[in-house]
Amino acid sequence: MLISRRTTLSLRSLALLYLTLMLLAPVGVVFYRTFEHGFGVAWAWITTPAAVSAFWLSVTLAAIAVPLNTIFGVTAALVIVRRRGRLASLLNSLIDLPFVISPVIVGLALTLVYGNSGWFGSWLNGHGIQVIFAPAGMALATIFVSLPFVVREVAPVLVEVGDEQEQAAATLGASSWQSFWRVTLPSIRWGVAYGVVLSTARALGEIGAVLVVSSNVAGSTLTLPLLVYQRDSQLGSSTVTGAYAAASELAVMSLIVLLAMTAFSPRRHEPR
Amino acid sequence: MLIPLAAVAVEAFSQSPSALWQSITNPLVLKALGVTLGASLLVAAIGAVMGTVVAWVLVRDQFPGKRFVNSLIDLPFALPTIVAGLTLLALYGPDSPVGVHLAYTRAAVVMALLFVTLPFSVRSVQPVLLEVDREVEEAAASLGASNATTFRRVVLPALRPAILSGAALAFARSVGEIGSLLLVVGKVQIASIVIFADVESDAPQAAASLSLVLLVVSLVVLVAMRRLGGRVAD
Repeated sequence: MLISRRTTLSLRSLALLYLTLMLLAPVGVVFYRTFEHGFGVAWAWITTPAAVSAFWLSVTLAAIAVPLNTIFGVTAALVIVRRRGRLASLLNSLIDLPFVISPVIVGLALTLVYGNSGWFGSWLNGHGIQVIFAPAGMALATIFVSLPFVVREVAPVLVEVGDEQEQAAATLGASSWQSFWRVTLPSIRWGVAYGVVLSTARALGEIGAVLVVSSNVAGSTLTLPLLVYQRDSQLGSSTVTGAYAAASELAVMSLIVLLAMTAFSPRRHEPR
Repeated sequence: MLIPLAAVAVEAFSQSPSALWQSITNPLVLKALGVTLGASLLVAAIGAVMGTVVAWVLVRDQFPGKRFVNSLIDLPFALPTIVAGLTLLALYGPDSPVGVHLAYTRAAVVMALLFVTLPFSVRSVQPVLLEVDREVEEAAASLGASNATTFRRVVLPALRPAILSGAALAFARSVGEIGSLLLVVGKVQIASIVIFADVESDAPQAAASLSLVLLVVSLVVLVAMRRLGGRVAD
């Protein structure tokens, strides 16, 4: 199509204006509101004991969920792509569930199973294990919602690279373990990396599912997103700056994630 | 993963069918469902149009800073949803520096949902638009088709599955979204917020009943996406 200069320019302006109003301006204002009372005030808000422990809890939850989901994700992708058959197709259709199910429902479901009056509740209580309103339940919620990312990134790459090299490795006498480490993993590494970045972003930012299973107590079950929520919903404007400060901290973390995404994205479908 | 989901269904059906029906058809719940589905449809529609415009500009247009804009699209994926809600509150809330006051209204809900679903709409159309054969468009033009006709008859049919699957993803995400809405809903009742309130007030059966309705909606969307052969289904 030969599009007139005017149409091109107006489409471009429309797209850029939309993105500015929807994305750039709001994020910019959060940083402005964080630092409007000076850098010192903002710094004080993100170094309170509650904020520091929330930061470490968020990082810990991500550090539990992401490695588990990576191992599961690569295994599941291998099963779905290389095995086929009934189990694989069942797995394939179940894997997207966390994407389409509301996080609140995930939280509710975990409460119904692991809560005090839940299915496993009395058994867990008897053994002195607290899951709901404790970090264990929050870890389960985080694992649940960030489950599909690695699978969904790795599966298409596996399809693309094919299995000829793996077969060649097998004919040369490699065990399946050797062929996985030497042949398969190197060729899917960018897909894995991209999936890991996406899971990390989701794990750090998750609030819906975690909100339901957390007791929202600072110092033990408060994550960084929960801290933002708590500080903003408190009455009085004094904590609002605190909410913006914690939000800016999260925004900086997600900016790092975004940079990693931009770095990995073009290479993820690149065979080695 | 399946046991907890089964528990939701069991909890919902642990009450008598009439009680289940009553908790679903409770006027408050119906209103929340109506607002949720209505907002999600609107978001899917606006997202489909604006996502296609943005994807078009990113693929066909050349301008300085395009790579920066392109990576900006993924920002809502990377940004925690609670921060997304707070950003909208900061710009369009009570202390708005531009004097626009949308917070705690349905418009704010739609804005928040448009924010978090932006990448779905753009990223599902973009790769397809890159692959579209431009010679066909040139052929149409040389046969005397106007730009509008070429777009409608040649480009749009090629993009339609991608646009629809992007819209389906945005819709599914919107129906269940809570994080970005927590701070901006105010008194507007949204299905996910109602479920959360039910859990907090120790009414698991009511929460499970509404969850069951949302689960059915999600499953229908999931199946529809499979049919469309969308990205998620690869």
